Amino acid sequence: MSILLDKNTKVICQGFTGGQATQHCIQCIDYGTQLVGGVTPGKGGQEHLDLPVFNTVKEAVDATGATASLIFVPAKFCKSSILEAAESGISLIVCITEGIPTIDMLEVKLRCDQMGVRLIGPNCPGIITPGESKMGIMPGDIHLPGKVGIISRSGTLTYEAVKQTSDLGFGQTSCVGIGGDPIPGTSFIDVLELFQDDQSTEAIVMVGEIGGTAEESAAEFIQSNVTKPVVSYIAGVTAPPGKRMGHAGAIIAGGKGTAEDKYKALESAGVYTVKSPADIGKGIAEVTGW
Amino acid sequence: MNLHEYQAKQLFREYGIAVSEGLSASSSNEAEEMALSLNVDKWVVKAQVHAGGRGKAGGVEVVSTIEEVKEFAEKWLGNNLVTFQTDEKGQPVNEILIETCTNIDQELYLGAVIDRASQRLVVMASTEGGVNIEEVAEKTPEKIFKQEIDPINGPDDSQARSLSEELGLNALQADQFLNIFNGLVNLFLEKDLSLVEVNPLVITDQGNLICLDAKINVDSNALYRQEDVEVLRDPSQEDPREARAAEWDLSYVALDGNIGCMVNGAGLAMGTMDIIKLHGGEPANFLDVGGTADSKRVAEAFKIILSDENVKTVLINIFGGIVRCDVIADGIVEALTVMGVEVPVVVRLEGNSADKGIKILDECALNIIPAANLEEAASLAVKASKGVS
Repeated sequence: MSILLDKNTKVICQGFTGGQATQHCIQCIDYGTQLVGGVTPGKGGQEHLDLPVFNTVKEAVDATGATASLIFVPAKFCKSSILEAAESGISLIVCITEGIPTIDMLEVKLRCDQMGVRLIGPNCPGIITPGESKMGIMPGDIHLPGKVGIISRSGTLTYEAVKQTSDLGFGQTSCVGIGGDPIPGTSFIDVLELFQDDQSTEAIVMVGEIGGTAEESAAEFIQSNVTKPVVSYIAGVTAPPGKRMGHAGAIIAGGKGTAEDKYKALESAGVYTVKSPADIGKGIAEVTGW
Repeated sequence: MNLHEYQAKQLFREYGIAVSEGLSASSSNEAEEMALSLNVDKWVVKAQVHAGGRGKAGGVEVVSTIEEVKEFAEKWLGNNLVTFQTDEKGQPVNEILIETCTNIDQELYLGAVIDRASQRLVVMASTEGGVNIEEVAEKTPEKIFKQEIDPINGPDDSQARSLSEELGLNALQADQFLNIFNGLVNLFLEKDLSLVEVNPLVITDQGNLICLDAKINVDSNALYRQEDVEVLRDPSQEDPREARAAEWDLSYVALDGNIGCMVNGAGLAMGTMDIIKLHGGEPANFLDVGGTADSKRVAEAFKIILSDENVKTVLINIFGGIVRCDVIADGIVEALTVMGVEVPVVVRLEGNSADKGIKILDECALNIIPAANLEEAASLAVKASKGVS
C-alpha cells in the first residue's frame, strides 16, 4: 500500500525535453515509474527517451491515459502549465520548479482545489512510493519499501529522514515533499490524513521548518485525527528573526513562525520531537519500539 | 526585495493612493531646492533606509526653517542610521525625503499581506495606528479588521465599505478609503508585492485620509516581470556578501559563529546550523548552494564563506538529489587548489553519485576531513573550529 502514487500510475512530464527534466525522467523510468510520454509545446510528434512527445497535456492524456503529471517547466510558465494539466483531466500534479511568484500560486491553488486536483509543490522534491514509482528528483536508491510515511517541507532534509529510516530497516510507504513555498499545493494536514488512512503506514515522520503556521495547524489536526505515532523535526532553531532562510516560506516574521512555537504545539499534541536532524530515525525506533 | 518609503509613495501616487506632497534629495543643496519648491513653512524630513524605528533613532524630524532642512540633510546623508531593527553599524542614508507637514487628528493602520493560512491576499485595518501593530495583533486582536481578497474575482467594494464602517469613518472618508483600498489591492496584485504597510494612515485635521508612511516588500520571484520595480533595488541597503551570493544564485545569510557552512537545500542548511549548535559550535552562516550547483558556484560559495574572517572551519554537507556529489567534489578540489584554503574543511557527501564524489576527495592530496554522516560531520567541524584534532 501507499498514498497517491503506485506502480500502476501513468505519468507524463511537462517540460519533458528540457535538460533537468530529461536527466530526472531517465532516473524515474529506471526506478520503475510508468512514464508514458511528455509535453513540450512545438515538439509534438517527436520521440524523447523512446516516448511520445505531445504539444498539449490534453493530447497526451487522450493518447496515453495518463493521470499524473510531473512538471519541470520554468517558473514563469508554471501557472499556465499547472492549470493546463488540471483542466486536461490530470488528477495528480507534482511541480518541481522553484521561484514561482506567490500571486500566481494564489489562483493556481484555488483552481486546483475547485477542480479536486491534487497539486504537490511547487519548489519540492516530489513524491516516491519506494519499490514502485517516483515522481520527482529524489535519489531512488536511499529508499526502502516499508512502513514509515514521510512528509517534509524541505527536499534534502526529506532525504535525511529517508536514509535514517532505511538504514534502520524500517523503510517507507510513501514520501511526500510538499515544498518550501508560502502557498503549497498540498499541506501537512492533507498528507497526514492520507497516511492515517493508509493501512500499511505504521508511523509518520513530519519534517517542518521555521515560517508560517503550517506545523501548528498540523499539530491541531494530529491531536484530534491521527492515532499513529508521529516523529517531528523542525529546522531553524538557530535561524535569526527577519532573515529569509532560502525557501520563500522560511522566515520568522513579526515574532511568528519560530521553531520553538512549532515544537511546543507539536509536543502538546503528543508528537515525539527530535532536536537534531540526525535523530529522526532514532525517534521512530523510540516511539514504535521497533 | 524592500523599497524605500519615497519609492513606495511614488507607486502609491501612480495608483491614486493619497500621500503627502514630498520630494527626495541626495544632497543638502538638493534638499534646500526641494524644500523651497514645496512652498510651505514647515516640513517633515525623513532619512531613507530599509529599516523601521527611524523616528525614535532621530531619522525623522519636523522642521520649520530651510536651515534646519539643510542641517538634517548634512547630518544624515552619507552617514548610517542605527535603529532597533538594524545591526550596530546601521543602514547608510543616501536619500532623504522632504514632505509637507500634516496635522493629524487620528492615526489608523492599513496593511496587506499574503496570508498563508487562508491562502489569500488579506487586507488588514485597525484604529490603532502609529504604534507597533504586532503588539496590537497580539494583545487586542479584536481591534484588527480583515478582508480576504478573492484570487480570481479580485476585491469587492463592499469589503472596503465594511472596513470603513469598522474603522468608524464618515461618508466622505469612506469614499476616500474605498479609493485607497482598491489602489492598494491593485498595486499589490499588479506589482507582485508580498507586503504593503501604511502605518499610520491618518485622518487629518481637515477630516481627510492620507498615507503618512509607506512600506513595500516585493516578491523577489516575480522581479522578472516587474522591470520598473526591479530598478528600484538599492544594493547599499543589503549585506554585501548576501548581495554577491544572490548574483550567483546562492542563498547566503551571515551569522555570528565561526563554522562556515555550505549545504544544498534550505531545510538541510538550517538543519546543519542546528546540529552544529547542538554539538557546542556556532555556525558562521546559512548558505544554500541550490539545486544546480556546479564547480564555479561551489568556488564562489567558498569565497563568500571565507570572506568572513571569523570562519575557522568549513563544513560542507551535501545530500545529492538534483545535485551530483561528484560535481560538488570537483568544485571543492578546484576551489581549495586555486584559493589555497587554510582552514580545515569537513565534507559529508551523500545521495546522487556520492561514491564518485568521495573517491575524488580521497584521491586529491588536499587537507579534507571526510565525514560518514551528518552527526559525525557536525562533531568533526565543531572540534576543528575549536582547534581540537
